[in-house]
Order: sequence, then C-alpha cells, then structure tokens
Amino acid sequence: MLRLQARKVILVLLVLVFGCGLAVPNLFSPETRKAIEQGAPAWIPRFLLPIHAMTLGLDLQGGSHVLLEIDRADLIRSQVTQLRDDVRRILREERVGLQGGIGMTPRGVQLRVPEAADRAKLMPKLRELAQPIGTFGAFGPSGNQSIEVNENPDGLIQLNVTEAGVNERIRRAVEQAIEVIRRRVDQIGTTEPNIQRQGLDRVLVQVPGLQDPQQLKRILGETAKLQFRMVADQNATDVDMLPSQDQGGQPIPISRQVIVEGEDLIDAQPAFDQRTSQPIVNFRFNIRGAQRFGQATTENLGRQLAIVLDNKVISAPVIQSPITGGSGQISGNFTVQSVNDLAILLRAGALPAKMTIVEERTVGPGLGQDSIQAGKMATIIATVLVILYMIGNYGLFGIIASIALLVHVCLILGLMSLLGATMTLPGIAGIVLTIGTAVDSNVLIYERMREESRMGRSLVSALEAGFQRAFATIIDSNVTMLIAAVALFTLGSGPVRGFAVVFILGILTTVITAVTLTRMLIALWYRWARPKALPF
Amino acid sequence: MRLLRIVPDNTRFRIVHWRRLAYPFSAAYSVLVLVLFLTVGLNFGIDFRGGTLLEMQAKSGKPDIAQVRQTANSFGFGEVEVQEFGSAGELSMRFALQPGGEIAQQGVVTKARATFSEAYEFRRVETVGPRVSGELVQAGTLGVVLAIIGVLVYLWFRFEMQLAIGAIVGTMHDIVLTLGFFLITQLEFNLTSIAAILTIVGYSLNETVVVFDRTRELLRRYKTMPIPELLDLSVNTTLSRTAITSTTTVLALVALVFFGGTAIEGFALVMLFGVVVCTYSAMFVSTPVLLYLDVRAGRLDQSEELAEAKARV
Repeated sequence: MLRLQARKVILVLLVLVFGCGLAVPNLFSPETRKAIEQGAPAWIPRFLLPIHAMTLGLDLQGGSHVLLEIDRADLIRSQVTQLRDDVRRILREERVGLQGGIGMTPRGVQLRVPEAADRAKLMPKLRELAQPIGTFGAFGPSGNQSIEVNENPDGLIQLNVTEAGVNERIRRAVEQAIEVIRRRVDQIGTTEPNIQRQGLDRVLVQVPGLQDPQQLKRILGETAKLQFRMVADQNATDVDMLPSQDQGGQPIPISRQVIVEGEDLIDAQPAFDQRTSQPIVNFRFNIRGAQRFGQATTENLGRQLAIVLDNKVISAPVIQSPITGGSGQISGNFTVQSVNDLAILLRAGALPAKMTIVEERTVGPGLGQDSIQAGKMATIIATVLVILYMIGNYGLFGIIASIALLVHVCLILGLMSLLGATMTLPGIAGIVLTIGTAVDSNVLIYERMREESRMGRSLVSALEAGFQRAFATIIDSNVTMLIAAVALFTLGSGPVRGFAVVFILGILTTVITAVTLTRMLIALWYRWARPKALPF
Repeated sequence: MRLLRIVPDNTRFRIVHWRRLAYPFSAAYSVLVLVLFLTVGLNFGIDFRGGTLLEMQAKSGKPDIAQVRQTANSFGFGEVEVQEFGSAGELSMRFALQPGGEIAQQGVVTKARATFSEAYEFRRVETVGPRVSGELVQAGTLGVVLAIIGVLVYLWFRFEMQLAIGAIVGTMHDIVLTLGFFLITQLEFNLTSIAAILTIVGYSLNETVVVFDRTRELLRRYKTMPIPELLDLSVNTTLSRTAITSTTTVLALVALVFFGGTAIEGFALVMLFGVVVCTYSAMFVSTPVLLYLDVRAGRLDQSEELAEAKARV
C-alpha cells in the first residue's frame, strides 16, 4: 500500500480539489454568482461554474413556514351545494315536479318524485352527473364514481358524494390552491418562496426573509371568491341574507343570481378616490365580464349593486350610470393596508376551498443572524480543539488526521452546495458533531498500527495492517450510523432533515477522507522520511 | 515531543466482572426512569403537545417579566409560561393548546403580536395545531423503531444474531437512560430531541460495533479462550481508541454547548450525556450481555471463515 501510483494520486487529488472547490461559491454573494453565470462562455458546463451555493434554512435567514390544510368539511359543503344546483337545473330542464323541495343531507341531496314516469325520465340525467374517478392507466379507470345515485321504489331519490369523489376533489383543489397561493405570495414581492403539496390535503408555504408574517397569513387565509350580485327586495325569492361591511355586519338580502364572477376580473389596483381621498380598489373586466357588467348596470340603473367577497358584502353602491367600459371601483370602509390586501387577493384569484393554518414557524432575521454567528463560532472552536487534541495524541499523524478532517468538512459543504441542500441550525450542529466523530476512522487506523507494531511487526507491515484491519471496523461502524441517519432523514421534517442530510454526507465522506487521503499522506511521508518507527 | 497517552498499553481491566456493579446500577436507573415517566412525565414542547411559543426581545432596556406575564395571562388563553432566557433581554412565552381546533391557535399569535410588538421584537413564533402534533409524535416514534430494526437486520447479516442482540440491548439501554436525562432535567422534549435520540442510537451502535468487531476477530483467533476473558480482551484492546474518540466527540460537543447559541444548547447537552452513556454501555452493558448468549454457537461455517481470513490478510 505504501507504493504510490502517480495516476491514482492525481485522481484522488483532483476529486478532493474539485469537491472542496464546490464549497467556494458560498463565499460569494448571490449577485456575484449570478454575474459569473451570465459572464461565463456557453461551452463551460454549468456544474463546473461556481454558482451553486447552499440554501440557508428559514431558521438561519429568517422567514415563515406555514402549513395549510384544505377544510374538508367546507369542500364537501360546497360540493353538495353544487350538486343541489345541478339537480335543480335538471329538474327545470326536464319539467319534473317534486313533492316537497330538495333536501340537503351531510353528504348529498335527496328529493321525492312520486310519478314513476318522471323518475324514468329523470334518472338517466341524474346519473350523468357522476364522473368516473382515477387515472386511465394500464388497469383502466378505477371504477369509482364521484357521485352515488340511489332510487327507492317509494319515489325517494338520493344523490351522495362518494369518499373517492371527495378525495379527488381535494386533490384537484390542492393543485389549484398551490397555483393561487404562488400568485398571491409573488405579489408580496419576496424572493424564492417554496410552495409544495404535502400529503393529500396540505400545502406547505415557506417564505424566506419576510418582515411581517401576519400579512402572509392574512393573504393566505382568504378564499377571495368575488361576485357581483344585485341587492334584492326584502321579500323577493331566491335571496341570500349576507352580512354587510358597510352596515356593521347587518345582513342584507342579495339576489342569488350572479352577474359577474372574480374569474372575469383581469386586474385590480389600490388607488385613492379623487373626491373623497378614501382608499379604493380599481378593477377591470375581460370582454365577457365587461359585457355582462355593462348590461346589468344598464338594466338596473338606480338600484344597488352588491360587491360580494367570500359571502360578505364589501360594498353596495347605487348604480349611477351604466358602466360599459369594463372597469369600475370598489369603495367601502377600507384602510390603505386593506385595499392593498384586497387588490392582491382579487388579482390572484380564488382559493378553491377554505384553508386552515395547522402549523406556523416564523424566525425573525435577527435571530437567524445570531444563529449563524454562534454556529460559525462553535464550528471553529470545535475544529481547533479536536485538531490540538489529535496532534497531542499522534504528533505528525495527528496533523495528517487534521488535514483529512478539514478536507472532510469542505467536502460536506461542497456536496451540500452541489445538491442545493438546505443548511439549517441543526445542520450546523451536525457538522460540529461530525468534526468530533470524523477522526474516529483515523483513530481506529492509528491505534491498530500501534497495536501491530507493539506485537513486533516491522513498521511497513504495521502501517499496512493498520489500514487493512481497521477497514472492516470502519465500514461496520459507519453503516450502522448511516442506517440511523437514513431513518432520521425519512421520518424527520424541516430542520431535523437538515441535520440528517449533513450527518449522512458526513458519514459518506469520512470513509473517503480518512481512508484514501490519510493513506496517501502517510505513504508520502514514508517515502520522504524513511522512518524506522511509528512517530507516536 | 512527549505525546498524550490517556490509556496505558496492555491494560488488563476485568470489564466483564464489573457487570455486578453496572447491572444493578443500570437496572435501578431504569426503574427510576419508569417511575418518573409515569409520575412526572416528559416536558413535551409544542411540537408534540401543540400550542404556541413566542420568543421576544426587548427593543430597549430590560424586559419587565412580571408585567408581560400579567398581560399575557389576562388574554384569557389560560396560564402562560413566561421565562427569561439567553442574554440581552430575551424572553419566551408559551401558550397551551387552545380548545377549538386549528384556527383557535392563530388568535393567540395575533393577540400577542398586537399587544407586545411596540416594545418587543418577535424573534421566533411557532404554532402547532393538535392534528400536526399528533402526527409528529407518530413519525418520531416510528423513526426510532425503524432505525433499531434496520440496524438489527444489518448486524444480523454482518455479525451473528447473538452480537446483534447484544448491540440492541445496549442501544435500548442508552435510549432509556437518555429519556431519564430528559425526565430528571425536565429539558423540553421536541423534534430536535428525537434527532438527538436517533443520533445517540447511531453513536451507541458505533461504540458497540467497534468492540464487537474485535470480539468477532478474537473468536476466530482464539478458539479455546474462555468467553469472559475473551470479552475482557476485546474491550481492553479497543480501550485507547474508545477513550480518544469519546474525548474528541466530547470536545466538539462542549464547543456546541458553550458557543452554539441557546437554540442548540439543549441538543448539545443531551448528546453530551448520550456520548458518556454510550461509552459506558458499550463496555459495561452490551459486552457482558454476550456472556449470557452462546456466542460460539453461531460461528460462521468453515468455508466462509476461510474466505474471510483470506480477505483480511
């Protein structure tokens, strides 16, 4: 083993230099890295450029981590309401009379149709409401239907949403919610938010460097379902009583017929009313919305138009003149902050269902800075202590172990940068812990050398035996640690995962540095010094 | 240069013999842990209990703890724990899980922010709802169990079943003692604690595996040596390595305790305790367990042994 092949030495050095080089970009600012990426000629592969740096976790740079969950009950309610409206439409189209009205149950609707002939006419239409669920893969559709239709001989018809139907709806709702949330968060104007699905019904939102997490939560919490509807007479039919913001929460009657919905809105901006200098929101419709809005305002001159957001009447101005240009304004009891939020919500579209915050973790930027400082301090002190101790124990070989240790830490940082892994506070703890345990492989090798040498072996054979015999132990002890670390990674979340990543990388690189690099350095030393005995 | 030498050469400690002291000690400690677990219980943090944690720093001067406590208690969110910690006027407030599901927790944050944001800077805000905390408990427990099973399987393949059992007994012992540390100090038990425990599992196995690796080697070399003597030899020949590695790890952890900041202090303290316990248990608990298991019975068959011997030379 003490013979060195030039090829091998060069290869190992290249790997180590490249690996450590990967850590260098962390010294640059994001702007510098951007400039390097743009300034480099196109023929250089991207991975060779010093542009990949570690991401700092929210606990180090400050920011908010919010876990939202779709409100299942709310989603089922809206699904049942939609089902009722569909059934009502079919009844009207087919001109079928009912005995009593359409009853709502927790999971669906029921209606009584006494005439068998009517039922025969109605049933196929009702069954069309059900949609098959599941992917059309190699096994065909899964056979589940979104709605279950039952017909009793006594004329009772029941339509229920199925479990699979609800789940499918939740899946789609989460997808849509992610899009909406992304647009809303982008409006706040922070850098690189991370928005992803978690499990079936949750969305994780991570926004780094946010100064006011309350604003984020306000914006996430609203569903922002915007509708323009007419204020109705007190005794008109098809009326919802909705609370009005103008009149301090007093419910006022609003016609169920929707004139224009939020999806026809193409822009909304906060502004000030020039006459009253009150904060208002200016909005603009697309062609379809403008047409309907124009028609409705022409036909209903002098009546009140209600602007309904999430089933609350924001404002109900009297229509003074037809608004045909497709743009208008919402006024009401607003503050500057609330018109801002309202404009963002309107621009970003509606959430498909109510979402609840089930977990929130916010770290102020000041605390993050302090944590980085403390982490750096602890890492430096731990490294110095371990290096002094190793040199105290092994002299020259301690210096070799220390070189391996420093390269080892650089490799962890380099690999993390290459993978774009996130460095967290527990991750820093992981590095410090790795500094303590990384020398274990060296210690195993050195102690074995000493033992073999004491048993009377020549220096060369003691050195060789040290490496060969310790190798199996190093592998066994590191694999067992690796298993525990992988368990940590699989089941951990957030910062704990950050710790597991560092720990796993640390275990992998320790084998390379402690065995390969140490062996090479010791071989070099042997060739150069021609020693007669171990230096410790 | 005179070099450090913690452990002299050729030690002949009767490690296995000392189980007569170690076993009653570990057993008594374990009983204490069980009693404390049933009476006092772990001091669960909001990760597992649900609730709200706020860390604030006074914008100027010293924070008035008594006044903050009084104001927070008057919110009507139940008894509020207010504590000073770290330095530079930092304090933490802990609200219990509010009845009324996930949404109810948000009211606490909103109220506290509105009340205190003038005089204090909010350094950390954490809110965990009841469902999430339940899931975190499950995931944490599952993690520890899976790690142990995974290691058991690996050791069973690489070593013999007897050695795998010895290692697992040692690891369980270390987990129990570490839980005891949480129970006695009433240090907060949270997600980071699970990370600490899993790391201790890894470290404990690491310590045991190094000794057992030597045991396996000696079993092959000295076919007739009595088992107690052989186990003593295993520990003694690896003793100086154990001492040096434990010391470096302790040095690194001490640096974390003193310089890592308040957020990491708990983790580092637990690990420090764990490293000491792991070193103790590898020598005095898991190795003597092998006395009661017939380690010679499960030897590799002849051909495998030959191949192994070849590979090692």
